[in-house]
Parts: sequence; structure tokens; C-alpha cells
Amino acid sequence: MTSEALAGPGRYLQAQIRWRWSEIAFWLATLLPFVLTPSYLLLASQVAITALFALSLDLILGYAGIVSLGHAAYFGIGAYTAGLISTAGWGEPLTGLFAAAIAAGIFGYLTSFIVARFHHLALIMITLGIGLVLQEAANSASWLTGGFDGLQGIHTWPMFGRFHFDLYGYTAYSYSLAALFVIFLIARRLIHSPFGLALRGIRENGQRMPAIGAPTHAHIRTIYTIAAIIAGIAGAVLAQTTETVSLETLGFQRSADVLVMLILGGTGRLYGGLVGAAVYMVARDQFSGLNPQYWYFWIGLLLIAVVMLLPNGILGGLSLLARRARAQS
Amino acid sequence: MPPVFGVLFDGLAYGMLLFLLSVGLSVTLGMMNFVNLAHCSFAMLGGYVTVTLTNSFGWPFFATLPIAFVAAAATSVVLERAFFRRFYNASDLEQCLLTIGIVFISIAAAAYIYGTIQQPLQLPPYLRASFNFAGLNFSVYRLFLMAIALLITVGLMLGIEATRFGAQVRAAVNNQRMARGLGIDVDSLFAITFALGSGLAGLGGALAIALVGLDPSFAFTYLIYVLIVVSVGGLGSIGGSFAAAMLLGVSDVAGKYYVPAIGAFLIYLVMIVLLMWRPTGLFGRR
Amino acid sequence: MKKLLSGLAGLAGIALALMGVVSAKAQDSVKIGIINEYSGQFADTGAQIDNGIKLYMKQHGDTVAGKKIELIRKDTGGIAPDLAKRLAQEAIVRDGADILAGFSLTPNALAVADVSAEAKKFMVVMNAATAIITTKSPYIARTSSTTPQLNYTLGTWAAKSGIKKVYTMVSDYGPGIDAETWFQTGFKEGGGQIVGSVRFPVASPDFSAYIQAAKDSNPDAIYIWIPGGTQPAAVGAALAERGIDVSKTKVLGQDALASETALKSMGDVAVGIISVADYDYTHDSALNHEFVKAFNDEFHRSPDFFAVGGYDGTHLIYEALKKTGGKADGDSLIEAAKGMAWESPRGPISIDPDTRDIIQTVYIRRVVKAGGGLQNLEFDSFPNVKDPAKARMPH
Repeated sequence: MTSEALAGPGRYLQAQIRWRWSEIAFWLATLLPFVLTPSYLLLASQVAITALFALSLDLILGYAGIVSLGHAAYFGIGAYTAGLISTAGWGEPLTGLFAAAIAAGIFGYLTSFIVARFHHLALIMITLGIGLVLQEAANSASWLTGGFDGLQGIHTWPMFGRFHFDLYGYTAYSYSLAALFVIFLIARRLIHSPFGLALRGIRENGQRMPAIGAPTHAHIRTIYTIAAIIAGIAGAVLAQTTETVSLETLGFQRSADVLVMLILGGTGRLYGGLVGAAVYMVARDQFSGLNPQYWYFWIGLLLIAVVMLLPNGILGGLSLLARRARAQS
Repeated sequence: MPPVFGVLFDGLAYGMLLFLLSVGLSVTLGMMNFVNLAHCSFAMLGGYVTVTLTNSFGWPFFATLPIAFVAAAATSVVLERAFFRRFYNASDLEQCLLTIGIVFISIAAAAYIYGTIQQPLQLPPYLRASFNFAGLNFSVYRLFLMAIALLITVGLMLGIEATRFGAQVRAAVNNQRMARGLGIDVDSLFAITFALGSGLAGLGGALAIALVGLDPSFAFTYLIYVLIVVSVGGLGSIGGSFAAAMLLGVSDVAGKYYVPAIGAFLIYLVMIVLLMWRPTGLFGRR
Repeated sequence: MKKLLSGLAGLAGIALALMGVVSAKAQDSVKIGIINEYSGQFADTGAQIDNGIKLYMKQHGDTVAGKKIELIRKDTGGIAPDLAKRLAQEAIVRDGADILAGFSLTPNALAVADVSAEAKKFMVVMNAATAIITTKSPYIARTSSTTPQLNYTLGTWAAKSGIKKVYTMVSDYGPGIDAETWFQTGFKEGGGQIVGSVRFPVASPDFSAYIQAAKDSNPDAIYIWIPGGTQPAAVGAALAERGIDVSKTKVLGQDALASETALKSMGDVAVGIISVADYDYTHDSALNHEFVKAFNDEFHRSPDFFAVGGYDGTHLIYEALKKTGGKADGDSLIEAAKGMAWESPRGPISIDPDTRDIIQTVYIRRVVKAGGGLQNLEFDSFPNVKDPAKARMPH
């Protein structure tokens, strides 16, 4: 236990929330693509969007212990909402984003009542089932969603009236990076707060929490709704920057991929989703470019290597190495 | 006989196939809590073994079935000894990641060796036929499939209820720590059970080809159905897997016949409702 | 310390991105960005398209009008329009692609169409069959077929051939619904009656319920539309099991229902199935026999409509480049492509100058026992079929 923790929860939280210079370095590094690899800005934009999505999953999985195989439902709802608003004629990005957040939040709030009541395998399969049902519904409602072909006619207006979303991706990456950073700040504040501590308590021992007066169900519903809102925002940014939305935005593949990325990066560490998303997507892009037919093989190898060498994901493994290095010095 | 019976017959056969594919995972998940998402890769392996033996070596179909079982079981033993047993104490999520990695590799390997094309399978002509009963047509192959599945089910139930090995398995599923405390070698027990379960999956994969086809994405596609059967049936329960597989097979087919518009939804809705009613599955531990 | 490492991980991630090679655009080469499925569920169709391209380049060399042709292959992995769009953008911006080609899946093609329009790049669709694709960018030409082109023709033929009542069953997604609409339109316009229809979910491992329902309504013919893959085998199994006698109740479908693999999996139950297609490897022309032999020698499998789409698409690119003298910008190439006509292994084809879509002969075939197995025998054909969907769109 650190000395701050012994000094009381308030001081502990204050210490946790101080910005470490490594975090500052991380965020400065996210600006590098503009300068060093401008032809990769579109990939960087996709990474930022996926990182935001992974962050939202981390809030429920890493911090509250809710394993969801259907989290893409909220991502897809956000994407379709933003897309539909655009096809209806209103292409302003930020207002579309808010609308998407609200839509995803409503659906998240409603499903949170179910989610809060179940655990373990039942919870995983129920979330999976909800995701699959939603995907089928979206396919059937092709008059609304465009079905298999996807939503057509999305056109995002220039940001602040000036910055066009073009082929080169400067605006796209700026937008997605800004969304990621702002929401990250909010999530960070949330985690390093009494509410965040309560969530970790629920994750570790959900049955004991009510004994100390923490309203478990209400907390779970709250964090689940927040995670749904964030996922919806990520989906909306995708819809707006790529001007396409299709059924796979709420599909099982997307839910499974983001779960893999989060575990890869390390759960419950706030940066885990970001690192996992970056590593997985860049690795996939590179493997796919080198070997389009069998890149699955290399990704599989990467996953196995990470599990064997870096317990608790990349960040978990690195922090273990760091602790060992510190212990030796 | 009203045509719905023909449809139900097909649904039961499909359910039996799902049972064969799922029972192994249910028992190993219940016993050791090891999340083996690569379970359907063993099924896929069994399928490809059968295809290779019949198409390239001209073996008769029946002879390939035991080989499919053995090949899948043997591979699982190797993987379990070399790999999986190091992760029994790892978190669920790590086991997920590890086994998903194996699924990816198995899919890439299958695509590399066999190509991505559908694997055609030449069944002996008497299996391809259909016979007429009470005015309805029934497929001989499905009957054959049901017969094999029922034999195996009976074998498993007898095995688990009436043999010492079965008693040890039940003990280990119920309370692993206690079982160890009583001197039961849970590790070898698990290795054997794991091999059996994977072997059954391999057999299921071989039998599935003529019903639903085989290509490298089999390992992923059927994982979802297997997870549904396992969760609805209850972990560690053979009877539960059987009941769940039947229920799902029949409701899937009946839904498609009577209300085709919601045909796809039904299996997921049934799963959600059943799990909300009984979260640990129909026959799971409370 | 922990966060330092997260920062370093972030840097490492970006550094990995630096591994990508930025190739400079050479003046004497023309780069084709092939956006295709090389992995995943649709990998086989992607492989066949690629084979078609490779064969054409092998036969005709890799230099056209003094320019070297370079291929840049990008894998979409399946239905992933956002990824397809990004890959197309990267192909243009990073790799210097002049032409975009490939495209099996409609959502991917539609997404890339935006890129083609914005960057003014010639785009050749080698497989995707939804009618509206060519309307999404003025630089798109198609060398495969459109769903209406094939299914409307089948519907018209069915009505003319004396079939009065049809029960339709299709996969419940874009292409299936498209096929159902156009088959029914053609059939009804010819005086036929649709006695029932069903749309089954895309991931349908088991067809017995649907086939039984079809049988219950006692039609003259059942029209089935499924994508390729595992489904034909399952359909064949259901047809046999539910006792559909193909000589009494005809079974109608599109090419994938009677592809080479489908026939192998279905076995003898498939004899008599009538399908509509733009190409079959058994097509009896000298050019096709040569093509099939060359394809077999090179790839040890038969070509299919995917392969021929890739082959003809490459031909279009080559001939267009010859016509423009090597100029590879979108405007020159699309002008050169409009109206181009040539003899393909499938028969005579041309690119409609108005819609930039393909005009070709549509064949009606029946499955027969031949050549030691099952084959499709072309017994009727409709030459110079334009895409009926666009013909009816308001101009």
C-alpha cells in the first residue's frame, strides 16, 4: 500500500489523478502521425475510433467486471443514428455526435437493467444474444438501415464550416483524436473518483459491496450507460469520417475484435484499450499487406505470444517487467 | 402425417449434431473452468480428416469416423499437455485470448492446406437416399446421424452414472478442491475428459459435412451455436447439453417453418429468455 | 513507471506504422489497386478473381502502351466498407494507384465508389452485382453481371416456357432481395403467378423447413436464390430429403446454385436444376476452351464467373490503356472504356456507353450428367442483355 493510500481515500485519489509525464509523452506521441507518417492518417483515425470503443468496453469490463460480447450494439446504434441524421439532410458533425450519444445512451440504459442482474456465462451469452438480435433486426429493417448494402448518401459537412473530410485524412484524424482525448479525460476523472473505487469494489467482490452501503445495481447501470454512450460516440465518429455505415458496425465480429484488443492491451488500466487497439490494428494492417491470405496466422501467433509472455496483457506484462527492474535496482 | 413432422425430424437431427459438437465443451468448462474457444477447431479438424481420407485416399465413409475422433482427441492431448495446462490458473480472459489465437491459426492452416473452397463429400449412395414413411420423406443420413448420437448419449450417460471414472468426473465437476482432497487425480482426469470431448467434437465435425458443409470458417461459425447450447444446457451437464441441443434444434426449425420472418431471431430469443429464467442453464449447478 | 511504458507502447505502435513502405510514383508504370477479399468467408471468390487477373497478365504480359502494370493487393477480409474505403484511399494516396479494381461485395464497392468519384480514378467492378453501383461514380465500369440482368431474364424465360406458378425463396439480404424482386417482375410481366415467397436468414445451415413450405404450396417451380459457400449442399440435401422430384417441380436459380462445387456437393439430386448465368466453363466456344485449358494448367481448377469477371476486367483495363496511349487518369480511361466491345470466354460482351455497365449474353442452363460428373448445359440464351434496373431508372 502506498503512503498516499494510507493517508486516506481522498489523498489516494488525488495522487492517482496527477498526470504522469509518461502519460503526457503518450498523448504527444499521438500527434506524431501528422508529422512523421501523413499517409497513414486514415489508419490512425481508425485506430483512434477503435481505441475509444475499446476504452468504453474497459469501463465495464476492466473496472466493473462485466464481460460483454455484444458491446458493438451501442457502437452500431451510434453509427446508424449519425448516418441517418446525415442522410436526412443534416450533416453537421458535432450535433450528429450528440444525437448518436443520446440514442446509444438510451438503449444502453434500457439494457443495463438486464445486464445488472446477471453474471458469468449467462451475462456473456445474454449480451451476445442481444447483439445478434439487434443485427438481425437491422438487416430486416432495410428500409431504415439500408440493409446489406449499407446506408447510402451520408455526407458530412466540413468541421466548423471550414475543414473538409477528404481523402488525406487530416480532418478525420484530428476529429477522432480530439473525441478520444476529451472522452478519455472524462473517463479518467470518473475512474479516479469514489465512484470509480466503488466499481472496482464491485468487480472484486460484488456481493460484499451492498454491505458497505454501495448500491451495486445502480452503479452498474450507471457505468453501463456511460460505456454505451461512449461506444455510440465512437460509432458516430466512424460514420461521419468514413461516410459509410453497414450492418457489421453492430455485428458479432466487431464485438469480438474489440474484446480481443482490450485483453491484448490489458484490462482495467485505462490505457489498455488504447494500446491494444493500436497494436492489433497496426499489426493487422501490416500483416495483411504482407500476406493478404494468411494474416490470420500471424495475428493468432501474436495473441498467443502476448498471453505467454505478457500476463494481463501488454500493459500488465510491461508493468510486471518494470516492477522487477525496480526491485532489482 | 402432417408435413410438420418431417420438419421436426430434421430439427431433431440437427439438434443431435449440435449435441455432439457441444457436449465436450460443456463438461470441460464445468470441470476445469477452462475457456476453450478452440473447441470447434477440433471439430473442423475431424471434418478435414474425413474429407482427406475419403477424397484423396478413397476410404469408405464409415471407416473415417473413428479416425476423425482419434485425430481430434490426439491433437487435443498434445495441445493440452504442451500448452493449456499452464493456463488453468490464468484468468478467463487470458484463456479466451489464448484459445482465440489457436482458432485463428487453425483457420489459416486449414485455408493454406485445403484452400478456402467448400469441401465436397461423397457419401455412400445408400446414405444419400431418403425413405418414405406415412407419406413423408425422411433422410437416411439424418436417421443415421440420430442413431449415432443416441448411441453416444446412452454410452456417455451410462459411463458417467455407472462407472468409477464417471463418478470421479462428477465429483470433479461438482467440487474440484474436495475431489483433489479425496485423492482423485483431477489433472489426468481432466486430460482424459478433454481428449474425449475434443474427440467427440471431431466426430461431430466429420458428421456435419454432409449436413451443413465444411470450410475454414467452420471453427468460428459453429462456436456461437456451441456456446449457446453449453450455456443454455448448463456447464458440466451431459443431460443439459442434450436437452438444450434438442430444444434449440427443434425451435430453430419450427420457427423457420411457421414464422419464417423471424426465423433467425428465434434461436437467440429462446436463448435469452431461457438464460434469464435459469442463468446457470437448464441443468446447471446453482 | 507503468505509464511510461504505456507511453512507450504508444510510440512503438506508431513506429510499427513506420514500417510501411511509401513507394514513389514512377512515371512509366500504371498501378492498379485491387480491393478484394483474400481472407475470411469470401476468400475463395477473391482467389478466383485474382486468378483471372493473373492469367490475363500472364498471357498478355505486364506492359501496356509502354507502361508497366503493377498490382497492389489489399484485403478487406469480408464485408467491411469502412476498411475498403480506407484501403482504396491509401492505395491512391500512399501507393499511387491510378486504377481501382476487384470488388466482390456490394457494400465495399459502394464505399469505394465515393473514393473513385472524389479522386477521379477509373474503377473496374469485377464481381459485385447490385445495379446501383455504377451510378455512384462516373468512373466505374463493370465486367461481371448485375442481379437484375440475370434474374429478370430468368423470370421472363420461365413465364415463356410454360411455368405458371412459382414459389420463391431467397436469402434475406441485399442481393437475395434484389434477385427476388427482379425474378418476380420478369415472371409476372410474362403472365406468371407467384404462389408464395419466403426470405430466410443469411446464415441458414438448414433448409428443410423452407423447402417443405414450398412443397406445400404446390408450385410448378421453386425459385431459390442463395449465395455460394456451404448453402448449395444444404439446399441439395433438403431437396432430396423433402422428396422434391425435379422432373415434376422445376428448381430455378442463379449461377451459385449450380456452380461446380455446388454440384459436387449436391450429387445426383441436382440433375435437372435450371439456372441462369453469364458464364460456365463448359461454354462451347474455341476461345473458352483455350481459356479453360490455360486456367486449368495454371491453377489446377476450373474457372467460374468470378474468374472470368477478373479476366475480362483486366482486358478492359489493358484495352482502355492502349486506346488512351497510356494515359491513366480517370476521364481518359472511362471515355475509352465506354462502348468497348470484345469476345470474352463467355461470349460477346460490351460496355454500355450510357450506364458503363456490362451488356452480355445471358444463358439458361440445365444440370445434366456429363463428363463423368455433373455439368451445366446451356440450352437457351438471350444476347445483348442490358441491365434492366437502370433502363427503368428515371434519367
